[in-house]
Amino acid sequence: MDTRRAPRAVIDPKVRKVGFFAPPEPSQSALPDPIPLPSSSLSPVMIPPPRHSSENLLPHARPPASVVSGASSVSIEGSVVAGGSYGSSSELFPAPMSPASSSYSSSRFVGGGDGDYFLNGVAVASPGRGGGKTAASFPRGGFELPEAKASSVPASELTTVSVVNDSSLGIRERDKADNGRGSALEVKDQTANSKQKKDKTTKAERRALQEAQRAAKAAAKAEGNKASGTVTSGNAKPAKATKPPQKVDNASAAASEKKGCDRPPEKDRKKDVPQPRMQYDDQSRVEKAKRRAVVKQTEARNRVELFRHLPQYEHGSLLPDLEAKFFQLDTVHPAVYKAGLQYLSGNIYGSNARCIAMLQAFQDAIRDYRVPPEKTLVRDLTAKISSYVSFLIECRPLSISMGNAIKFLKTRIAKLPLTLSESESKASLHSDIERFINEKIILADKVIVKHAVTKIRDGDVLLTYGLSSAVEMLLLHAHDLGKQFRVIIVDSRPQLRGKILLRRLVEKGLSCTYTQINALSYIMHEVTRVFLGASSILSNGTVYSGVGTACVAMIAHSFRVPVLVCCEAYKFNERVQLDSICSNELGDPEVISKVLGREDVNYLDGWANTENLQLLNLIYDATPSDYISMIVTDYGMVPPTSVPVIVREYRREQLWI
Amino acid sequence: MADPKISAYYQTRMAHFGAVTNDWLAQAQSASAITTTTPPPPSSPPTAATLSDPTYQKPSFSVIDEFNRWRKQPDLAEAVAAIRALAAVIRSSMATTMMQLEIELKSASDSLKSWDTTSISLTAACDLFMRYVTRTAALEYEDFNSAKSRLIERADKFGEISYTARKVIAMLSQDFIFNGCTILVHGFSRVVLEVLKLAAQNKKLFRVLCTEGRPDRTGLRLSNELVKLDIPVKLVIDSAVAYTMDEVDMVFVGADGVVESGGIINMMGTYQIAMVAKSMSKPVYVAAESYKFARLYPLDQKDLAPALRPVDFGVPIPSKVEVECSARDYTPPQYLTLLFTDLGVLTPSVVSDELIQLYL
Repeated sequence: MDTRRAPRAVIDPKVRKVGFFAPPEPSQSALPDPIPLPSSSLSPVMIPPPRHSSENLLPHARPPASVVSGASSVSIEGSVVAGGSYGSSSELFPAPMSPASSSYSSSRFVGGGDGDYFLNGVAVASPGRGGGKTAASFPRGGFELPEAKASSVPASELTTVSVVNDSSLGIRERDKADNGRGSALEVKDQTANSKQKKDKTTKAERRALQEAQRAAKAAAKAEGNKASGTVTSGNAKPAKATKPPQKVDNASAAASEKKGCDRPPEKDRKKDVPQPRMQYDDQSRVEKAKRRAVVKQTEARNRVELFRHLPQYEHGSLLPDLEAKFFQLDTVHPAVYKAGLQYLSGNIYGSNARCIAMLQAFQDAIRDYRVPPEKTLVRDLTAKISSYVSFLIECRPLSISMGNAIKFLKTRIAKLPLTLSESESKASLHSDIERFINEKIILADKVIVKHAVTKIRDGDVLLTYGLSSAVEMLLLHAHDLGKQFRVIIVDSRPQLRGKILLRRLVEKGLSCTYTQINALSYIMHEVTRVFLGASSILSNGTVYSGVGTACVAMIAHSFRVPVLVCCEAYKFNERVQLDSICSNELGDPEVISKVLGREDVNYLDGWANTENLQLLNLIYDATPSDYISMIVTDYGMVPPTSVPVIVREYRREQLWI
Repeated sequence: MADPKISAYYQTRMAHFGAVTNDWLAQAQSASAITTTTPPPPSSPPTAATLSDPTYQKPSFSVIDEFNRWRKQPDLAEAVAAIRALAAVIRSSMATTMMQLEIELKSASDSLKSWDTTSISLTAACDLFMRYVTRTAALEYEDFNSAKSRLIERADKFGEISYTARKVIAMLSQDFIFNGCTILVHGFSRVVLEVLKLAAQNKKLFRVLCTEGRPDRTGLRLSNELVKLDIPVKLVIDSAVAYTMDEVDMVFVGADGVVESGGIINMMGTYQIAMVAKSMSKPVYVAAESYKFARLYPLDQKDLAPALRPVDFGVPIPSKVEVECSARDYTPPQYLTLLFTDLGVLTPSVVSDELIQLYL
């Protein structure tokens, strides 16, 4: 068991703010990220070689609001400009310099830099949206400012460095929102240095700089707006340019001071794959993601500080909205849309069910898919699947089983021989998915039940927690075999899934006891075996399962009752997690404040208005491997220390499929 | 009560349970003088003509007989004898397809297992042998005869490895025995004896504490052997283990079987000693050959297949009194420090790794 409970002081410089900000929050240190981040040549810790003295003073971090206004004024004045062109998200760098004098063109305004705009938390004055947008491309804008104002500088003087720095920074987070930006980055002479290193400046210095810039902008504003011959961020495909900025209040309210700099730089290099575990405390990325989002969610208020890195939205408002849009969304296949809605509403729950629903939706989507002309099936289909996946993530964050299934699907798509025709490829994928579901989930469950049932003897008292499909199958099978045992079902609010299990078992004639988790230590002395399900098992043997499982396992261990976890091998993950905080899912806090059927328990009504009160509804927790006696998988019964062995063998086997 | 000489009554009992005593050893040695250790010359494979002859009677080959023949050698572990017997099955088989051969092997293995259902190492060795020998996928693509000879080759290799396992283990464990150390030994394991023998031959100075090992009196037998090797031996009764644990540097035990969790199944009393050793921070070393790795996973003591042995208290006991007569117990992996096997020096968690690789 991990005895270290003190918050970690180590900050991974690649991921976290590097010294410009407020003391780091302990919970947000090292993010176990399974996706290897492509290393960026620009890392926040690298000190960029100074180009211009002025640049050195420029903050590389996202400048606070004030700068934004500066930027906007600049944009208005249009003398200098650089918009970030995210145009091609893959292109890390700024672009073509606009000829000579750059000015922000109105075209820059396209593509909604709203997010950033808001990020900067500034209500940009006059230029309003336009300004805002520019602002978005903002940081660049900010940097350019000095140049710009400095002398209504000719492009040549403008340095790319800072801009570049910024852009690169910005890109990191914004890469996905290619469309968002829309402003071309004016490349100044030094376009050459695409990836400039950021220079580190102190906060005070930056502030001073920004003030100066703002002043300059104000002056420059007078000169009027010149349309900047911007380059197109043309490549910026403003995908959802038309989407009005969302949740303005939130964004602006959110302190931009918060983490301007806090962009995990290397994280979002991959454009087509949405970051599966985005850190939601990073405003810029949240905004970008929101702009691209299909599902509009409002962020919850009163969020628990320790869990700010996880997304939390207000529930209940989206369903009607999404249902209405069912027939309008052409970017998302209806089957996938339906699956997403079912996740959002909570109709489908449990990692196996969610995974199967997702895979079947993908089967439908693949069946209806047609390769657009001039594109290859492999790439285009992979991109499409990725977009579906990001839609599903917006509805509800992926479970690890779903993540593994997606990896499998993408590997299969990538391995399609090029000689196959479109329909053959689709048929092959269809059967691959079918086989995956059958072998890895359905048959695996049967094998697990066969192994685990040998551990149930007559006279046993079995305890289980919540609703796990594997454990339910096991208990029913053991009962069918005629074994004499009784079951204790432990349940917990707010989901109360144990009741479903209770009903199903009682229907089949098993003798059951039902209790809540607060009675666990009271009842544990009668128990002979504990059977638990898992959402995933991590490489160090930690079991990642519904919240409350860790309690059950720990109490069973202290009573020396063996704990058996039933988990299919496809859910195993090579990640390592030491606590339940760094990666989790937050549910709707409302349900905590209400007790079903007890209207008189209304003490927490209006909790959202109380500043000092935050409600936390965690969905998952991590059980250390010391409390687990055995894991039953389709590979047999293994000790928790053997999970990495199975992960290794499983990956190897996958290559041969 | 310990007699200086083992009573005849006890001798009979020991013979029943297949335990090795000096007298038995003497008998066995005289018997083994007749048989050699080399494998019997392979009987000439029946020609196609004879096979196709409908009146040809297949010579009966009893794997149990073969097994018993091998077992007569005192030094040979039961499991190794089983492996050799199974190798002989392949050699003398008249099957013409792989499938048939596998079926024959399976039935031979089943009959061996049923000969003694409580022996874990026998069962484990048979399973491992089956798995090891029939594992190659390439066998499908070759013609039968070359596949068969390949199988025989692998079977012999497996037998060789198992036979020399003890020597390998003895060699590996030499580093852990230092001059002036005190070793506590429980149960009579030929592997552990080999380890100590080699250490003595290497002129290391150490002394051994033997637990009495009731009701088998294994301690007595072991101390006999050790005295012959000029190793200073001290006998302690089972209840005095905690008392003497302070002066002990390490604990050495053998194993009847090594289970998937990394724990071991061994003679009754091992669990107790391991627990005491752990609480006093003394290392517990297990010397076990790799064919003893079994695909069992006991959760607690009662999860094992029972192996009973009547306990003789020396005085008559009233009939209403129950006696716990289980002969072995399960030691969970957290009490064990290292396993010395012919695969190397392993930690308990590696056992599962090996099993998964073999059985996947």
